[in-house]
Amino acid sequence: MSERITAEDVTHVAGLARLELSDDELERFTVQLAAVLDHAADVEALDTEGVAPTAHPLPLANVLRDDVARPGLERAEVLAAAPAVEADRFRVPPVLGPPA
Amino acid sequence: MRHASTYLPAAEIADSVRRGERAAVEVVEEHLATIAEREPEVHAFNALTDAQARMAAELIDRRVAAGEDPGPLAGVPVALKDNLCTAGVPTTCSSRILEGWLPPYDATVVTRLGLAGAIAIGKTNLDEFAMGSSTENSAFGPTHNPHDASRVPGGSSGGSAAAVAAGFAPLALGSDTGGSIRQPAALCGVVGVKPTYGRVSRYGLIAFASSLDQIGPLAPTVADAALLLEVVAGHDPLDSTSVPEPPPSLVAGLDDGVEGLRVGVVAELMGQGVAPDVRRRVEAAAEALAGAGAKVEETSVAALAYGLSAYYLIAPAEASSNLARYDGVRYGLRVDAPTTATMNVATRTAGFGPEVKRRIMLGTYALSAGYYDAYYGKAQKVRTLVIRDFAAAYESFDLLLSPTSPTTAFPLGAKAADPLSMYLSDVCTIPSNLAGDPAVSVPFGTGDDGLPVGVQILAPALAEATMLRAAAVLEDAMLDQAMARAEATP
Repeated sequence: MSERITAEDVTHVAGLARLELSDDELERFTVQLAAVLDHAADVEALDTEGVAPTAHPLPLANVLRDDVARPGLERAEVLAAAPAVEADRFRVPPVLGPPA
Repeated sequence: MRHASTYLPAAEIADSVRRGERAAVEVVEEHLATIAEREPEVHAFNALTDAQARMAAELIDRRVAAGEDPGPLAGVPVALKDNLCTAGVPTTCSSRILEGWLPPYDATVVTRLGLAGAIAIGKTNLDEFAMGSSTENSAFGPTHNPHDASRVPGGSSGGSAAAVAAGFAPLALGSDTGGSIRQPAALCGVVGVKPTYGRVSRYGLIAFASSLDQIGPLAPTVADAALLLEVVAGHDPLDSTSVPEPPPSLVAGLDDGVEGLRVGVVAELMGQGVAPDVRRRVEAAAEALAGAGAKVEETSVAALAYGLSAYYLIAPAEASSNLARYDGVRYGLRVDAPTTATMNVATRTAGFGPEVKRRIMLGTYALSAGYYDAYYGKAQKVRTLVIRDFAAAYESFDLLLSPTSPTTAFPLGAKAADPLSMYLSDVCTIPSNLAGDPAVSVPFGTGDDGLPVGVQILAPALAEATMLRAAAVLEDAMLDQAMARAEATP
């Protein structure tokens, strides 16, 4: 955990997060993320051997309801919020572009 | 026209409206007049719903005239944090990426407010997607603290806290993922409650970190906060994480006092970083509780020292997943580009502000191959330790006491360039979110700068009633002091 995050790491993570960073942002975020991760590193001091992880504060599991059809959102209302629509569907630009 | 007093209790407004002694229309107009006067200075709202509020008020008055009872919040204006979905009313999360979006449905809390006769008066400003502690991370400009316009109101529910403190609305709803109700409540001098995780339905709350988010009330008094929480709490089949327990009765037992209750002052939250004047107010609160018959002792909850570190891995990790949905396809902003993949990137790059990008990046990194175990996995184990240490403390104590925020309201811009220093202002509030436990911030005097200080009372899961009894004792102690001071001044 002690390896510091680099500008290359930040560029890689931005790609995973579907974000594009300017040179200025890249520089700033690299410094800022490193500071936060350094602070987070103090959890290293804690012995967590054999401790189970907690993903959620409630002991609820497999919350079920009766399998009965019920009305959903109005299609027209949902489509009205979309940036582009065609034939009652969400319209997007081509999924396959020219080779990068 | 008389202006709404900052501290006109919601319960009194509702009583007089229900009895037909006051018109809901008049109540709404009074609050709109107060808003017109001070909103330019405070900027608590992203949007007012004044036209809808006037119509709703007329309907309430007609129902009262027809002999109906519109409910326990009849005619009471409520400000809604702008991450709560309101059907047909813009809901932005203070983000460009949702600007102009009209939700097709109401959040469950909005539905319940309507059923109780409350009147939604506007959508309040927040840090973008509730990520922040100052309401400066809003795409629509910061909110100012009504006590001192050069200071932040806290965040992320800064608009809701400022709206209550300025008398714009007797009640407000906020959301709290790491202190986002309690910290602004403290900085604005109002009461803010984070209920037990699952107490209030999250259906229609735009998600930040789903295992930590919880909706709760902000109000000038403990009784009004309790009343609002009673109205919005309770099981909701539309939220699979809502607890099955019936909604708590909170208002009825508020005056029962703290005689015999055991209260622990958390040593880990009283040390480094907590301003001396804030620490003194917590000590005074401990004395006030002891004076009312509680057994108060200092105690250690060791793992809380690591809560902040765990939180700033867990919350961004969940956020990076939740915010993946903003892709320019189904709603919100789209920035055109030749392919879907480039459109996704262009949209997200233009639509999210710097703090949201920072948290998405942090979370993506913590979840990425090679780092998952070291960061996210480790943080989840620390979360278990926090829960374990709280449970151990609650074997000896009924309630715990700490500051809400380590300082009073800081100047606008003071922490904007240093995200870590901003994150540190959540150190006292974060543990309750990790554990899923309730906590309340109650105003308890002022710091050396004359600005409000909030003290935090923490309780085990589902123990809101006991927690709010103690908050009411502190509120009474402050009223007693104010009256004594008034009598001492000739």
